[in-house]
Amino acid sequence: MGCFINWRGKQKTVDSYQLKEVKQFATFVKKEFLHVLRDRRTLFILIGMPIAQILIFGFALTNEIKNTRIAIIDHAKDNASRHLIGRIAASNYFRIQEDIMDEDRLETAFQTSDIKLALVFPANFEDNLSRQHHAQVQVIADASDPNSATTLTNYISAIIRDYQVELSGQMPLPYQITPQIRMLYNPQLRGAPNFVPGVIALVLMLVSVMMTAISIVKEKETGTMEVLLVSPFKPVWVILSKTVPYLLLSLVNVLSIVLMSVFVLQVPVEGNWLLLFAESALFIITCLTLGIFISIKTKTQQVAMLVSLMGMLLPTVMFSGFMFPIENMPVLLQWISNIVPAKWFYSIVKSIMIKGVGIEGVWKETAILCGITLILFVVSLKSFKIRLE
Amino acid sequence: MTCTETVISTEKLTKQFGDFVATNEITFEVYKGEIFGFLGANGAGKTTAMRMLCGLSRPTSGKATVAGFDVYRQTEQIKQHIGYMSQKFSLYEDLTVQENIRFFGGIYGLDNRQLRSKSDALIERLGLEFQAKKRVGDLPLGWKQKLAFSVALLHEPNVLFLDEPTGGVDPVTRRQFWAMIYEAAGRGITMFVTTHYMDEAEYCNRISIMVDGRIEALGTPALLKAQLNEQSMDGVFYQLARKAKNSG
Amino acid sequence: MDCLKSACTGKFGFETAIEMVTLSNITKTYNKGVVKAVTDVSFTVEAGELFGLIGPDGAGKSSIFRILATLLRADSGQATVAGYDVVSGYRHIRNQVGYMPGRFSLYQDLTVEENIRFFATVFNTTVAKNYHLIEDIYVQLEPFKKRRAGKLSGGMKQKLALCCALIHKPTVLFLDEPTTGVDPVSRKELWEILRQLKKQGITVVVSTPYMDEAAICDRIALIQHGKILSIDSPEGIISTYPGVLYAVKAADMPRVNQVLATHEPPFTGYIFGEYIHVDSQGAASRDAATDLRNVLTKAGLRDIEVKPITPTIEDCFIKMLTT
Repeated sequence: MGCFINWRGKQKTVDSYQLKEVKQFATFVKKEFLHVLRDRRTLFILIGMPIAQILIFGFALTNEIKNTRIAIIDHAKDNASRHLIGRIAASNYFRIQEDIMDEDRLETAFQTSDIKLALVFPANFEDNLSRQHHAQVQVIADASDPNSATTLTNYISAIIRDYQVELSGQMPLPYQITPQIRMLYNPQLRGAPNFVPGVIALVLMLVSVMMTAISIVKEKETGTMEVLLVSPFKPVWVILSKTVPYLLLSLVNVLSIVLMSVFVLQVPVEGNWLLLFAESALFIITCLTLGIFISIKTKTQQVAMLVSLMGMLLPTVMFSGFMFPIENMPVLLQWISNIVPAKWFYSIVKSIMIKGVGIEGVWKETAILCGITLILFVVSLKSFKIRLE
Repeated sequence: MTCTETVISTEKLTKQFGDFVATNEITFEVYKGEIFGFLGANGAGKTTAMRMLCGLSRPTSGKATVAGFDVYRQTEQIKQHIGYMSQKFSLYEDLTVQENIRFFGGIYGLDNRQLRSKSDALIERLGLEFQAKKRVGDLPLGWKQKLAFSVALLHEPNVLFLDEPTGGVDPVTRRQFWAMIYEAAGRGITMFVTTHYMDEAEYCNRISIMVDGRIEALGTPALLKAQLNEQSMDGVFYQLARKAKNSG
Repeated sequence: MDCLKSACTGKFGFETAIEMVTLSNITKTYNKGVVKAVTDVSFTVEAGELFGLIGPDGAGKSSIFRILATLLRADSGQATVAGYDVVSGYRHIRNQVGYMPGRFSLYQDLTVEENIRFFATVFNTTVAKNYHLIEDIYVQLEPFKKRRAGKLSGGMKQKLALCCALIHKPTVLFLDEPTTGVDPVSRKELWEILRQLKKQGITVVVSTPYMDEAAICDRIALIQHGKILSIDSPEGIISTYPGVLYAVKAADMPRVNQVLATHEPPFTGYIFGEYIHVDSQGAASRDAATDLRNVLTKAGLRDIEVKPITPTIEDCFIKMLTT
């Protein structure tokens, strides 16, 4: 058997070997791009989807808020109540149903969906306000759609508080600031600034997690993985090379979403663009690692897709905070939300885009995201198999 | 054998995909109870022709009838009167033997009582009594193919299309399979078979050999061997198929 | 391969047989031992040999190939390829074997050319460097080089896959059922290519369910239900066929079959092309040919032909399966 030593003897220098690996890697990446480009339909969907999502979210949400019908029953009919009603009427979000004047008709109006919200001023409204510095208004909302009910009550309370602030002159009312944060940075109370970061998170999840997982599992399914494994090329590189096109595609998506939000939805990026993209790149890497992990654990494209959708996309929608406020969730779910990477990314993007915060304001979230990515990466590497089993 | 009643008949049947003529004016007849071997190299146009005959693909031009039904207008009736079995897909691997039989019987409109009696009879005939509750995926390939063959015959079709039914099957099972083909043909069911085993070509009553979308030879194995002056069907096939141009 | 030859002439002298592939007592099961794919299989393949693993689907051929290609680990037993252990030396093995899996495993959405180039780079080489190896095949593929692999016919797909497995000039080539589903003409061409590769010094281990292809191999292993039935040269296997085999033919073949089967004692026979092959061990007297002729004449058959024949591998396989 001694003769085999002679073949092994052909030692390459380290440099040329590394050079070869780089060349191989480049070939792999090129091949991946060919796959992506050949499948025009999927490519079209991947590029078009974020744009469509932005448009749908953007216009659907703003319309709803602008035309909400509200009933106002004014038992006070004093200066203060009239002032406040005037402000509500002046805002673009509500249209006052003038024909509903008493409580008896409220019930039916809610039932027939004529109104979504009702405001009842007690008698002596102004009196209470000026003498006791404390007055109450009743806000009744149609909570069959809890989300919009929450939003609408938020809007109406904001208007009331605005009025209150004005009444109190220059006197600051510190205890009122906390619940107002969202509106402070979003003075027009528009939905767009909230969902743009959400859409970015969603799209990245879809492209980076699902597409990566599917494209790797596809090689397993068609048997090409078998051939690649029996090659000198390191299996880990096979997988890493598959992530490159999706990394790029994801960045293109982030760019298109941000451009859309700035120029179509008029939501400017308050913070640093570079920081925004750096954080996006970090989140994309998190997603790619997740995609790789799923692809390692699954055998068919179907399963990979289901796992990505149910296991990744759903938690993103549920726990990132952009659809449902996390603060309102049970403690257990709040805990769970902490391991959802999208939650942290959503908060980062919101801070950068809307608040204009720099790295000093998002370093904690960034660190958590890095940690999650690192854990995922190590787990993926550990479970990676160099054989078929 | 009295081969008088025509079951499949084509006249200048053609299928074109763009510029590419997959099946080029093929004309032939297959008779009741006949075992008809449909041979040709990969890419010669066999699959296209079979699809047209099964009512799955609309011909570009020409005429064809299967079991008396027109391949243009009566594809649904054709499907009721033919059976199809291929090596690639035949049965659901994750269903049991019994479930498969009942499912495929059900597709062809057998009622519950027929299904029960037929599936029991079939399982008994194949000697699969102990495997009836086993998943098809766990059966050896030979058994799978025999079962698939019987299932394809459940609704007593006039013609059974067999697409490489014996690929990869061991030589003993392969012969048992052919015994089943003979038996079914004896009952008057026409067998339309493709195969890559040239010894199997000898088992057919008549064979046709397609080359580049055309039928280059048609006749009994003995006749073809005599015509081309070859000792074996292997030689006949080789001589004809070598002429192919669009083998890509 | 030149380096191998010179190296070995130096060390061992001229005619030393080198064990390129060895398996000893390899067993492989799936589903926690429920499905026995390979049971206690041992054989060796010498350098430069064209070795065939002959058996039907499900016999365990692919499992053996995957174990040798370092893709699966055997439950027990040892195997080596090119001197390296398939488990500990997998990286070395992957550097020098060519492997073509049983199903078509190239990129269907890439063109012929793109596939070849891709695999060349994966294996650290270029198409130009080893063109002489693939030339015979590539000439046939060239007219379709811009066509996507998925649109090729079965025969062409296999030639392309072979091309890709050969591109890095492997010392051992593992081909798992390269001819399955391929028409007889393309099959002949593929085997011709394998013979050429052997001449270039490449060790080829190939599996096939087509028994007639066995004759082209230097040595073959007949395999069924995960067990080796016999290992020898095709001639060797044929020469061990017990008794004499007769080819029988008459005007009405189904009737011949019936007569032979119902005769007391029955003849063991089976159809084989245009003949029925009858095993002499079922015959009453020593002169089975006369026996057969008499029986068939008595049954009123015409144009009777009975001749002793050399068994084929398929005959031998049937004999082994039925006894």
